[in-house]
Amino acid sequence: MLHIDDLHVSIGDKEVLKGINLKIEEGETFILFGPNGGGKTTLLMTLMGFSNYTVTKGRITFRGQDITHAPTYERARLGIGMSFQRPPTIHGLKTGHLVRMCAQEKPVDVEDLAARVNMTDFLERDVNAGFSGGEIKRSELLQLMAQGPGLVLFDEPESGVDLENMKLIGKTVRKLLDGDLEPKPGQSMKEQKSRRRTAGLIITHTGYILEYLNADRGQVMYGGHLCCEARPRDILEHVEQYGYQECVRCLSNGGKH
Amino acid sequence: MAREVDLSQYSFAGADAPALTDLRTLDSADKRRLLMAGVDVEESHRSGSFLHMDHGNAHCRSNHPGVEILDIKDALKKYDLSDYYWKLIDKDKDAYTKAAAENLHGGYFVRVKAGAKIEEPLQSCLFIKGEKVGQSVHNIVIVEEGAELHMITGCAVSRETQHGAHLGISEFYVKKDAKLTFTMIHNWGESVDVRPRSAGWVEEGGVYQNNYVLMKPVKDLQMYPTITLAGRGARARFNSVIVAPKGSYINSGSRVIMDAPDTRAEIIARTITTGGVIIAPGHIQANAVPARGHLECKGLILGKGVIHAIPELEGTLEGVELSHEAAVGKIAQEEIEYLMARGLDEEQATSTIVRGFLNVDIMGLPQALKDVIEETIAESEKDMF
Repeated sequence: MLHIDDLHVSIGDKEVLKGINLKIEEGETFILFGPNGGGKTTLLMTLMGFSNYTVTKGRITFRGQDITHAPTYERARLGIGMSFQRPPTIHGLKTGHLVRMCAQEKPVDVEDLAARVNMTDFLERDVNAGFSGGEIKRSELLQLMAQGPGLVLFDEPESGVDLENMKLIGKTVRKLLDGDLEPKPGQSMKEQKSRRRTAGLIITHTGYILEYLNADRGQVMYGGHLCCEARPRDILEHVEQYGYQECVRCLSNGGKH
Repeated sequence: MAREVDLSQYSFAGADAPALTDLRTLDSADKRRLLMAGVDVEESHRSGSFLHMDHGNAHCRSNHPGVEILDIKDALKKYDLSDYYWKLIDKDKDAYTKAAAENLHGGYFVRVKAGAKIEEPLQSCLFIKGEKVGQSVHNIVIVEEGAELHMITGCAVSRETQHGAHLGISEFYVKKDAKLTFTMIHNWGESVDVRPRSAGWVEEGGVYQNNYVLMKPVKDLQMYPTITLAGRGARARFNSVIVAPKGSYINSGSRVIMDAPDTRAEIIARTITTGGVIIAPGHIQANAVPARGHLECKGLILGKGVIHAIPELEGTLEGVELSHEAAVGKIAQEEIEYLMARGLDEEQATSTIVRGFLNVDIMGLPQALKDVIEETIAESEKDMF
């Protein structure tokens, strides 16, 4: 679904991503670990096509289309959705109105979606105006649910979120990726599951989100390179014990684990 | 900064249009011009109407026993208005007040009876149809004790009118515990000079709210309405939404003088230039305590143009609480990209943000008034980019 080939990205004069190769298949959840400043957010921003991130080399294809230089809205319409870590406040724009716009032409029950993430009271409020950390995440999820992307880019779902919100957010992210899994007549849950189509690329520092997700693969981003592919829980355990120092050693051996 | 208008190029006599008794008789182009000034030509859902064209006689109609509407000339004959006429504004203040005093073509006299709470807005329409007409009106609004009124006043020129000048003296009297919401929507033209001169007096517990919307071109407009909060607990609020296309020169400010304790004042201006010049002064003066005032002026420069915000706070006693917030800038790229990440293209994202910027929810208007303003903004937005 998403293919990244030898991607080099600069912010200003500084090269931040130095040759990224990554494939994420349909329905797959990929976890990105790594210390601050390693290039994780840069990768997400580049995938979304924001203006400060210049691709100097390499290629991004999504659903078979080369989107390396496509404008942001085209990527969104093709099915890439992003949850922002620090989204801007937009004064005078109601959250409910934005949610409706996220759905593009699709019919959408904004009230129902809002109720699922406990955002009913926020629909009439200006987008992100005075929202707490948890409220921002729920608002981002609400917009993504309306948008219905095929690939979700999620920058630190747990940042600034209290424990109570974490549970709701974790479960909602899972639903967004898996679809609603409920016993239905005429279709086993296994069949439903096999039809899930939403992929995820998720940045996490703490790994709290892993308690709620079935993450398939994970990798560490360090100094603009991807390394150490493993099962996400194993990476987390390793990092908790040894920090990212091991990645440095590993990278100096050519990135092979 | 203060530009002068040469009034001698306009004719202040002779354009004695017949009384405009029914707006529906206007041609469709003129109807449209009025609609864009917030005027409901069907006059439905209005508690009354006042229509005045060029130098002609006015058409006045009240649909509510609590509201009296007269042409100011008739009101001056009928009543002794010495407590109200030229009381808040000095005739000799400037060339425009002098010209207005010398050439009285009309204007409205509106009085709401004590205790009458008028639900539906009263509409006034001042219209210039003749070429090179100088129109000069004097308006007086009196809201008696405990009464409430919403007034929409739409000012427009006909599509045929190339050049014109409008001088308007307005005096507002809000008595004890009364409330006046005064909404003014302007739809002038590229060669029209405009000099309103307005002042208001608010007594104990009274509320004056002024909403001003200017989305269409004007050659040169300058005004600085001043409200005095004279009684304890009086409040004033000014909301302005101003867009200046290329060629417009707009100097539009608001001033509140707080002369009594427990008063509150708010001045909120949203300005956009797409090539024109906007001077946006604001002044809150507090001469009593406790008094709280806040001034907020935000401007967006889209492409070209000038926005000059001049917020002034003046406290003359210990204990006043005055604050201001002013910003002139452009639309944040971050906001555009945020919306583009949701699938909006750049133009949709920009117009969504501009719509939000001009959002009139802050005015706290009744729905009918809000609809009128939102329609005007939506219509005008088409010409904005």
